[in-house]
Amino acid sequence: MAEQDWPLWEVFIRSRTGLSHKHVGSLHAADQQMALQNARDLYTRRQEGVSIWVVPSAAIHASDPAERDAYFDPADDKIYRHPTFYDIPDEVEVL
Amino acid sequence: MTGSIDIRAAEPRLVYVLRLADNALVLGQRLGEWCGKGPALEEEMALVNFALDLVGQARMLLSYAAELEGAGHSEDDLAFLRDGMDFRNLLLVELPNRDFAFTIVRQCLFDLYQCGLYEELQRSGDSRLAEIAAKASKESRYHLQHSAGWLVRLGDGTAESHQRVQAALDRIWRYTGELFETDDVETALVAEGIAADPAVLRSEWDNQLDRILREATITRPAGDGMASGGRHGRHTEHLGYMLAEMQFLQRAYPGASW
Repeated sequence: MAEQDWPLWEVFIRSRTGLSHKHVGSLHAADQQMALQNARDLYTRRQEGVSIWVVPSAAIHASDPAERDAYFDPADDKIYRHPTFYDIPDEVEVL
Repeated sequence: MTGSIDIRAAEPRLVYVLRLADNALVLGQRLGEWCGKGPALEEEMALVNFALDLVGQARMLLSYAAELEGAGHSEDDLAFLRDGMDFRNLLLVELPNRDFAFTIVRQCLFDLYQCGLYEELQRSGDSRLAEIAAKASKESRYHLQHSAGWLVRLGDGTAESHQRVQAALDRIWRYTGELFETDDVETALVAEGIAADPAVLRSEWDNQLDRILREATITRPAGDGMASGGRHGRHTEHLGYMLAEMQFLQRAYPGASW
């Protein structure tokens, strides 16, 4: 089975109009080169992107879902951290 | 309406365009046969993407062929209602897929050929062919990256993958001479600056193939006892079976569409 032989990779695509790469999914591949090609063949078939990053899934360290409260809830009542007290000029489209 | 056309009476440019079109169409169909059977999901998608690229190239070329023929046929008529002996593809592309190694070796040999061909044809005096070549060239360059990458990976891989690739190349080698054969049709078109010169294509193909095979630790077969005939309508038995499947729907239900 390919799943046992080939490591998993996470795929990030920057769209034509995008400013940053976005996570789009994962795939199996034997090495970086194959991962890039597979990403191209799986995730850019419908003109989704102009740039691809692939990262070994094993290289990603994720936060622990059990620690979610401790990690994220303390930010709930810190509204002063949001820049909502400023007037944003109309000309600023992306912020 | 039947798509059958009398190829002997056809003008050289029509024969040439049909040869290019049929190579793309037949190999596109062969690659499509991997759908649902690929060695891995990712690889299957790649092979079927390439199939679609080739069918797209075939559509452009067959449309042009139909215009050159001027008999009111459509690209679909030429694809689905033409008999095997009226196909003008290389024998190389009609051979059954066999195993993955064979598919990859055949693909690499063909992609190398297509890359050189489309590179040359972008300078063709026939502007329509030059436009098609410009578009198809990008696709073929990617196909070659993929197939050459696999050929090296498998050739320089395990003992079994090496053996399978070498066996595939040995088996397929006698079909490669036809890639560079020339005849009156092409000699005339080369002189007019319309067709690519097979001699030019061959030297580049040889150089690049040697480089890939070296990296893959695969031995180039000796000799050139060459099988040919496809470009003149003399095919292997395999083409008929393939067309029977490919053409079944339009033969059984003429004009059927989605």
